Amino acid sequence: MSATTVTSTLASLNSLVGGLFLLTAFAMVATRQTRGCLQLFIAQSLLLAASAFLLGAEYHTPHLYGVGIVDLISKPILVPWILNRTLTREVYAKREIDQVLNIPTSLLIALAFAVFAYFLTRPLLDAVAPQFRGANVPIGFAALLLGAYTLAVRREAVPMLLGILAMENGAFFVGILLARDLPFIIELAVASDGLIMVFVVGILVRKIQHRLGSTRIGELATLREGSASPPSPLPHDGSIAPERQNPKAV
Amino acid sequence: MTLLLIPGLPLLAALLSGAAMLRPKRPRARASERVLAGMTIVSSVLVLLLASKMAWRVAAGATFTALSGWVSVDALGALIILLIALVGTTSAIYSWGYMARSYTEPGRLRLYYANYNLFIFSMLAIPMVNEPTLVWIFVELTTVSSALLVSFENTEAALEAAWKYVALSLMGAGIALLGFLLLFSTLQAAGGESYTWQGLQHVAARMPPALLTTSFVLILVGLGTKVGFVPLHTWLPDAHSQAPSPVCALLSGIETTSVLYVILRLLPIVDSASTPGMRRWVIGFGLLSAGTAAFLLLQVRDYKRLFAFSTVEHMGIILVAAGLAGEAAHFAAVYQILAHTVTKSFCFFAAGAALLTVKTRDISSVRGLIGASPIAAIALLLGALAIAGAPPLPLFMSEFAILRAGLASGRYLTVALLALFIVIAFFGILLHVNRMVFGSPKPGNHEPATQPATAPAAIMPLPHTCIAVLIAGGALMIALGLVLPSPLRELLRLAAAGLRR
Repeated sequence: MSATTVTSTLASLNSLVGGLFLLTAFAMVATRQTRGCLQLFIAQSLLLAASAFLLGAEYHTPHLYGVGIVDLISKPILVPWILNRTLTREVYAKREIDQVLNIPTSLLIALAFAVFAYFLTRPLLDAVAPQFRGANVPIGFAALLLGAYTLAVRREAVPMLLGILAMENGAFFVGILLARDLPFIIELAVASDGLIMVFVVGILVRKIQHRLGSTRIGELATLREGSASPPSPLPHDGSIAPERQNPKAV
Repeated sequence: MTLLLIPGLPLLAALLSGAAMLRPKRPRARASERVLAGMTIVSSVLVLLLASKMAWRVAAGATFTALSGWVSVDALGALIILLIALVGTTSAIYSWGYMARSYTEPGRLRLYYANYNLFIFSMLAIPMVNEPTLVWIFVELTTVSSALLVSFENTEAALEAAWKYVALSLMGAGIALLGFLLLFSTLQAAGGESYTWQGLQHVAARMPPALLTTSFVLILVGLGTKVGFVPLHTWLPDAHSQAPSPVCALLSGIETTSVLYVILRLLPIVDSASTPGMRRWVIGFGLLSAGTAAFLLLQVRDYKRLFAFSTVEHMGIILVAAGLAGEAAHFAAVYQILAHTVTKSFCFFAAGAALLTVKTRDISSVRGLIGASPIAAIALLLGALAIAGAPPLPLFMSEFAILRAGLASGRYLTVALLALFIVIAFFGILLHVNRMVFGSPKPGNHEPATQPATAPAAIMPLPHTCIAVLIAGGALMIALGLVLPSPLRELLRLAAAGLRR
C-alpha cells in the first residue's frame, strides 16, 4: 500500500470512530440506567483515545499517542475507580432515571443540537489550514452540546457528573484535531485536574446521599428564587452525625 | 523568587492542613485546628506583604517573570493578586473567631483550612500563569477547592447550593475548555508561535475573525457562568449565601473578579482583530446582568442573598465599563474592581457578624439590630451604604467615573440604563438593610424562635477577630473613598492600559 492509501484509510477509520463517538453521546441522552451511562462514557473515552491514535498516525504527531494513553488511563480506568471508592454501590443500582423530558423528545432535541453544531462549525473549518479540517470538529461540538443537554435534563447526580465529563470529551475530540500541537504537559495537567474534579464531586454526592438518603438532585429544591429561605439557625454538631462516621469524607 | 513564594505559601499551608487531616481521630483535634488557623493567618499576611511589595514595584514600571516565561505578572495581574491577598488575609483573620464560634465539632475545621488554602492558591495562580489553558485549569481548581467550602454547613440547603455551584461552573468550564482549544488554533491560523496572552496579542491583527469570535464567545459564556453573568447566574445567590461568611467574602469579593480577569485579558485581543461589534455584545451582556440583578435585589428575603445579587450587578457594571472604549472608562473599570472587592468582602463580614448575633438569614425576622448588637448593625449599615454606592465611599467614586466616561464617549443609552440600574439597586439594598437595623420588632408576626434579636440575654459578644476585621475593613473602605494613594492610582492606570491594545 502506498503512503496515500494508508493516510486515506486512517482518515476513513477516524470518520468511523467519529460517528461512533457521536452515537455514544446520543445514547447517553437516551439511557435510563446509571450503570449504562457509565459504560457509555467509558466507550466514548475509548473512542476518543482511538481517534487520538489514528490522528497521531495520520499526521505523524507522536505526542497524540501520549494524549491517547493519558486518556486511556484516566477515563476508562481511574474515573470509575474513584467513583467506586467515593460512592456506595447502590448509586449504580439499575433504576429508571426520571428526566425532565421523555426520551423521544430528548432525542429530537439532541438531533437538533447535532445539526446546529454542524452549521456552527462550517465557518470555522473554512478558516483553518486544510490539515486541520475534519469530522472531529462538528462531532466534538455536538458531543459538547449533548453533554450539556444531558446535564440539564438529568435529575440524578452521577449521570449529571458523567454529562460534565462527556462535555470535556467533546472539547478534547475537537482539540486532538485542531489543537494537536498544544504541549503534552498541558493535556496531562487537564487530565489530572479532571480526576480531582471527579474526586471532589464524588465526595459531594456522598454527602448529599448521607443527608437525603438518595442522590436525586431533583429533590433538592429548598433554594428557590423569591421564596423565603428557611430561617435556618446555624447548624450544630448533632445535625451532621452521619459525617462523623465517615473518616474518608475528607 | 518573590513571585513563586506568593502562591507557594498557601500551597504549603494547604498541604500541611491536608496532612493534619490524615489522622482523623486525633485527641488534640481542637488544638491542631488552632494551629492550622494561626498558620493560615501567618501565611496570608506574608502573602499580602509580598503582594504589596510586588504591586509597589509594578506600579513603578517593573514586570515580574519566572519559570522561563510560564509565569509572569503585569499591572493587571498584580492588582488582582493584591486583592486576592488582601481578602485572603482579612478572611483568614475573621475565620479564627467566626469558624470556632459557629462550628464546634472537633476536627471539622481541618477540612476548612485545607480547602481554604488550596482555594487561595488556585486563585493566586490565575493572574500569574501566562498560558491560557493552564489558566483554565486553575479556574477549574478554584471551583473544585471551594465546593466543599460552600457545602461546609452540611445542611440540605448548603449541599444543594454546592451542587448547583459545581454542576453549573463545571458545565461552563467544559464550554470554556473548547474555547481555549479553539483559541490555540486561532493563534496557529494567524501564524503565532507562543500560546500566551502576549503571544496572542502579538498576532491578534492577523487572526481569522470567525475562529476568534467563536472562541471568545465560548470563553465568555463558559467563564461567564462562573463570574455569575445573567442568565447563567442562578447558582450564585445560593452558593454565595449558603457558604460560611468568610468564604462568602472570598467567593463574592474576589473569586468572581479573578475569573472575570481572564475575560478582560481577551478584550484587547478581540479589539485588535477585525471583529467589529464584539465590544457592543460585551456591553449588552454586562447591562443584562446589572439590570436583572438590580430588579432581583428588590425581592430577596435573605440578607446574604441580597449581597450575592449585588455581586451579579457589580460584575455586570465592570463588564460594561471594560466594554466601553477609552482610557477613562478602563480606569474606572479597574477602580470598580478594587472598590467592589474591598466593599463586598466587608459586606459579608458584616453579614456574618449579624448572623452570629441573630442566628437567622431571614430579613423579615431581623428588626432592631442596632439594639441587639450595635457593632454588627453599624457595620451592616456601612456595608450597605458602601455597596449601594453612597458618596464618598469608593464604589460611588468608581461608578461615577464609569458614568462620566460613558457620557464622554457618547454612549447615552448605556449610561442611562446603567444609572437607572444603580439607582434601583441603591434603594433595594438600603430598604432591606434599613428595616433590619432600625425597624421596630413586631411581636406575634413570627414564631419566637426566630426572634432572638429581642432577647439580649441570649446574645454573646462578637469574637474579637471579627470586630478587628470589621474595624480595619471599614477604615480601609472609608480611606479609599477619601483618597486614592498615588502608587495605587499608578497601578490602576497601568492595569487599565491592559484592557485595550
